[in-house]
Amino acid sequence: MADCVFVVAEFRGGDFRRVSYEVASEGRKIADALGVSLYGIAVGSGVTDKASQLGFYGVDKVFVADDPALESYVAETYVPVIASIIEQADPAAVLLAASVDGKDLSARLAARLEAGLAQDCTEVVCEDGALKAKRPIFAGKCLAWCEWAEDALPMISCRPNVMDCRDADATREAEVEAVAVEIPEARSRATGLELDTSGKVELTEAEIIVSGGRGMKASENFSILEELATELGAAVGASRAAVDAGWRPHSDQVGQTGKVVNPNLYIAVGISGAIQHLAGMGSSKYIVAVNKDPEAPIFTKADYGVVEDLFKFVPAFTEEVRKMKSTC
Amino acid sequence: MNIVVLLKQTPDTESVIRIADDGQSIVTDDLKWIINPYDEFAVEAALRLKEKHGGTVTIVSYGPQRVVESIRTAMAMGADKGVLIDDPALEGADSLGVSRALAAAVKELEPDIVLCGSRAVDYDQAQRGPMVAEWLEWPHLGLAVALDSDGSTVTIERPIEGGKVTLEAELPALVTMGGSHAVWNPRYASLPGIMKAKKKPLEVKTLADLGLDPAECGEEAAKIRIVSLEMPPERQAGRIIDDGLDTEGKAAELVRALHEEAKVI
Ligand SMILES: Cc1cc2nc3c(=O)[nH]c(=O)nc-3n(C[C@H](O)[C@H](O)[C@H](O)COP(=O)(O)OP(=O)(O)OC[C@H]3O[C@@H](n4cnc5c(N)ncnc54)[C@H](O)[C@@H]3O)c2cc1C
Ligand SMILES: Nc1ncnc2c1ncn2[C@@H]1O[C@H](COP(=O)(O)O)[C@@H](O)[C@H]1O
Repeated sequence: MADCVFVVAEFRGGDFRRVSYEVASEGRKIADALGVSLYGIAVGSGVTDKASQLGFYGVDKVFVADDPALESYVAETYVPVIASIIEQADPAAVLLAASVDGKDLSARLAARLEAGLAQDCTEVVCEDGALKAKRPIFAGKCLAWCEWAEDALPMISCRPNVMDCRDADATREAEVEAVAVEIPEARSRATGLELDTSGKVELTEAEIIVSGGRGMKASENFSILEELATELGAAVGASRAAVDAGWRPHSDQVGQTGKVVNPNLYIAVGISGAIQHLAGMGSSKYIVAVNKDPEAPIFTKADYGVVEDLFKFVPAFTEEVRKMKSTC
Repeated sequence: MNIVVLLKQTPDTESVIRIADDGQSIVTDDLKWIINPYDEFAVEAALRLKEKHGGTVTIVSYGPQRVVESIRTAMAMGADKGVLIDDPALEGADSLGVSRALAAAVKELEPDIVLCGSRAVDYDQAQRGPMVAEWLEWPHLGLAVALDSDGSTVTIERPIEGGKVTLEAELPALVTMGGSHAVWNPRYASLPGIMKAKKKPLEVKTLADLGLDPAECGEEAAKIRIVSLEMPPERQAGRIIDDGLDTEGKAAELVRALHEEAKVI
């Protein structure tokens, strides 16, 4: 009989990433449904001091691999360390974050453990002790429900910003157990880590996104979107047309060959709404479109549409947001 | 440098996806097929490595006969040869099974480096590259937006949330490609390239040819499978904010709606 559910936490820049709390919360739900304990795995450099805090989100006990050599995620070192912890128990499931590192780790770990991996899931249910997971495919044009073979170990990576996160319960610290870290001989290494400290919001984890397309006409015009984004605490995204034109970095691209995002609010400015773009942002809770062409396909998906010249409308809108904020 | 690219053929990104009568698969009859965009980036990166170091670029793909067209397209871009794994026993295989077959084909080629996509834009699994590396017991570096090699090591830049990492591996190694069209700007097939591609060697292999038993990588071995598909909730056109208002009026009304109705700002 399985005795636990594992959640693998992600530690960067001295703290766990928020998505790890979402994963822990989801893990708690599954562990409760199965009547087993929830174990955490925390790998990194300097992670020991923070480890007990995973308990605030439902983890009972955390296994910690703390070593300076584990500062940055490298598949070759992380996978054996994490696999050796998981192999000590008989888990009913392993949950991870479908973050950049999490997806890479999940895939290789699944091969190491010969587990069935459902990558980038948006929902997990437990029916009569069996798990079922839902994951978007074709960048969200369709949704797939997955099930595991009876003898399989289910591995689930959870899409950031989708699953509910419990409120932190600071009275509930997790037990912490250090594991002896044996870092295998590796033929790969991280040689540089640059973290952006400007506080810029990451697209895949943003609550609000303001995106610009070809209608922005030039790189410098994005300043009006930056200004609006600052007022809203939003991240700035872009269509492929804007990225291909060199106005925005590739990391801003939203869509089937860019990032798939799911904010509460997505504001598309000067974007027509091509199928590849819609695929990447169609699951946003609310969509606003600003476009001067009333026939633009984006309006068929938008909750609120404004047919206006963006160069007139965006500054006016930013001003109204400012006014609203000053009166609340 | 002996370079291998793992290439998957996927439906065109323009495709409208419909669920088949079995409720578990998609309708493929009227689909147009393309090279998975990230694999096209891999072909481009492979050709650049070849231009720098010499050697060969081999395309390895698992799929039905229609995939030949995509392999030929990669050859027209400049790849030298191809291996198509075509075996019905792999139908219903999961990522573990398919990656085992890909790894077996790669092993026979003894490459210095394998390039593949970070994900295929069909089922968005983002699994097979790292899995192939695990079977080969090679290092892998993921989500490259820049790639360089001096012939004995490979270095990539990998974007992460709120930053970037530089990673390095000794060869042989596997790299999965990230970025976008703007980053890799994959070349088009030239007309002479298309003519030459027709004569380039393409081998078709079965699991048996690769020394694999269907029982260890086919449907029976699958740990996970899709049991049903559903369409996401259809989005409806909402409200156009107009009411004869001027620009400022519309801006104010949009702020009110987002604040009071949607409660998202
Ligand atoms: C393999 C492949 C992958 C792709 N992947 C992606 C992807 O990941 N993401 C993506 O976005 N696209 C992707 N595309 C491209 C996609 O097909 C479209 O070409 C692209 O999304 C168009 O971008 P756009 O809406 O900014 O530009 P356009 O379609 O040119 O639209 C610009 C819009 O701006 C409006 N406009 C112009 N001026 C103003 C103004 N002053 N005020 C208000 N509105 C104005 C116009 O009315 C128009 O609707 C992909 C394509 C392919 C083939
Ligand atoms: N059938 C296949 N044939 C060859 N390569 C594949 C195949 N499936 C996946 N790959 C490779 O693995 C990458 C990731 O695919 P996936 O795990 O399906 O998202 C792709 O970009 C390809 O490089």
